[in-house]
Amino acid sequence: MNNQTIDTAQEMHEEPLLPHETPWEEFVRIFQKDRIAVAGCVILACLFVAAMAGKVLTEWVIVFDTEIVRLPDKFSPPLSFPSDEVVALDIQPTFGVYVFGTDELGRDVFARMLQGAFVSLSIGFIAVGISVFIGILLGGLSGFYGKMKLGFMTVDTLIMRFTDVMLCFPTFFLILTVVALLPPSIYNIMIVIGLTSWMGTARFVRAEFLSLREQDFVIAAQALGIPERRIIFRHMVPNAIAPVLVSATIGVAGAILTESALSFLGFGVQPPYATWGNILSDGKGFIFDAPWLFFIPGFAIFVVVLAFNLVGEGLREALNPKLRSR
Amino acid sequence: MTAISEHTQNGQPLLRVNGLKKYFPVRSGVFSRTSAWVKAVDDVSLTIQHSETLGLVGESGCGKTTVGRTILRLMEPTAGEAIFEGNNIFHLGAKELRAARRHMQIIFQDPYSSLNPRMTVGSIVGEPLKIHRLAKGSDLQDQVEQLLIRVGLRPEHHSRYPHEFSGGQRQRVGIARALALRPKFIVCDEAVSALDVSIQAQIINLLKDLQEEFQLAYLFITHDLNVVEYLAQRIAVMYLGKLAEVAPTETLFEDAQHPYTQALLSANPIPDPSKQGDRIVLEGDVPSPLNPPVGCRFHTRCPQVMDICKTNEPPLIHIGPIQNEHQVWCHLHS
Repeated sequence: MNNQTIDTAQEMHEEPLLPHETPWEEFVRIFQKDRIAVAGCVILACLFVAAMAGKVLTEWVIVFDTEIVRLPDKFSPPLSFPSDEVVALDIQPTFGVYVFGTDELGRDVFARMLQGAFVSLSIGFIAVGISVFIGILLGGLSGFYGKMKLGFMTVDTLIMRFTDVMLCFPTFFLILTVVALLPPSIYNIMIVIGLTSWMGTARFVRAEFLSLREQDFVIAAQALGIPERRIIFRHMVPNAIAPVLVSATIGVAGAILTESALSFLGFGVQPPYATWGNILSDGKGFIFDAPWLFFIPGFAIFVVVLAFNLVGEGLREALNPKLRSR
Repeated sequence: MTAISEHTQNGQPLLRVNGLKKYFPVRSGVFSRTSAWVKAVDDVSLTIQHSETLGLVGESGCGKTTVGRTILRLMEPTAGEAIFEGNNIFHLGAKELRAARRHMQIIFQDPYSSLNPRMTVGSIVGEPLKIHRLAKGSDLQDQVEQLLIRVGLRPEHHSRYPHEFSGGQRQRVGIARALALRPKFIVCDEAVSALDVSIQAQIINLLKDLQEEFQLAYLFITHDLNVVEYLAQRIAVMYLGKLAEVAPTETLFEDAQHPYTQALLSANPIPDPSKQGDRIVLEGDVPSPLNPPVGCRFHTRCPQVMDICKTNEPPLIHIGPIQNEHQVWCHLHS
């Protein structure tokens, strides 16, 4: 009897293990297979660099000045050189060329696009940060403590019905109303977008928590006497975070679009501060005379939103265990 | 075996469950009113001695798993008591319960969902030691490696993730985690049912060795009669939330008294074609626990049903000379 067990134990020792791979390595391996998502990643990396460089170069170390008005050079097409008058006044653009042309006041569109990149990205990330935080908090509460009674209804009912109410509002018009009432500032826009886009995340997290709470490893953790806080943050949140990450990535694209739309309508970030939305808005009047004013920010928004969506899809594929080979 | 008799002599069983009930509410309507109750476990009483294996058998949905989980208070019981070493587990406060959990553990059926996919095997096995402040630092590492070796894994496996292991190896990790706190009592909830037969044998032998080494008592929940015949000293048979029969293993296999037990035993495949034959085939399906039959719950399918079975619940009958050794709930014997 004992001998037999020792034999089987030794057999186990011989059983080959699969190659050692941490979840991160596995994620990278699967993600790399998705060429389009990797391309999206590269685009986003470039955008990050551009946004950071834009913030530094237009605001602190003024290399590209967004606010110099060069009336003689208004509506210069992309890659044109400054006129003699501008050169004489010593207000020529950096590198001596208008990379993306100039607008109706002769301002350098390239400098303004750089400045706008930072605005778009920071609004995207901070708004989504706020919405993910609220979503995880409410979804987690609803999923984990949902059965607790609160007067005549359960915590779950209360939170999920509130979520339904929030979903009923046409978000964009709600944002428009709120922004119209508040003083226009970039922070208000971030907060308003964040406060109106957490519902999807909350539902995701609630669903994940409901299914995780019944999983054997969570029950095992309870049986081991592991405190509730640790069960939630060590065992449940890491396993619920994957779909949240995917929806957050796609949410960034949505927030960038919302901000552009708000700026386009004039409710967003106020001039002279440049964002992609208000460059587009300024350019719409000159679409036949100076098409670059319209197409450059429009194309930038398109590429960035597409890149975020592609990366989101790639993440979904790499993080979803059901799509994996094992 | 010496250990068993030694402990039984001082009289107190390790665990005594009395009148355990677990009803699940069925909610319906707009305001989630409770419209009915599923009586998953209805008045079950069991005892488990030190270092003893009690097999709990029955078909799917009869409440075996609910019994195991309620005893560990992973679900709140509806009624009843579970006296574990003199303390009623069902009345412990949060702090005492956490302390009591050190002595009772659980091993799950599905080795794929019972391990957190985002933790290494080392931290899965080491976490209970850390939480209960039994070890830390290099001592923790040593203990984890000892546990891994003890269950037949290699110490260098501690930095691996669950998905890198096969089903049998994962089940060993689950066993190591349950053993980490040196419990006295482990609920094995279908612990070998999800494994293939050769791995089953290894895990069963491992459980048996660990029982001898650590003086463990098991509540072995299964539907596989061959497994309990090999492992258990006593067997309890459940049907639709109630016990049908409790007896020592040999007695049960040779001299089953309850018609349901007889049917179960006859359905157990024997690897000998010439010995097939007198199978008792039960008619119909298991009735819904939402609306269990009046009287004896088995009367709708019982081949030896009598009139009294349809109206009166069967009493507990003791069979044989020794009190409480062979219990059966059946009108045939009253």
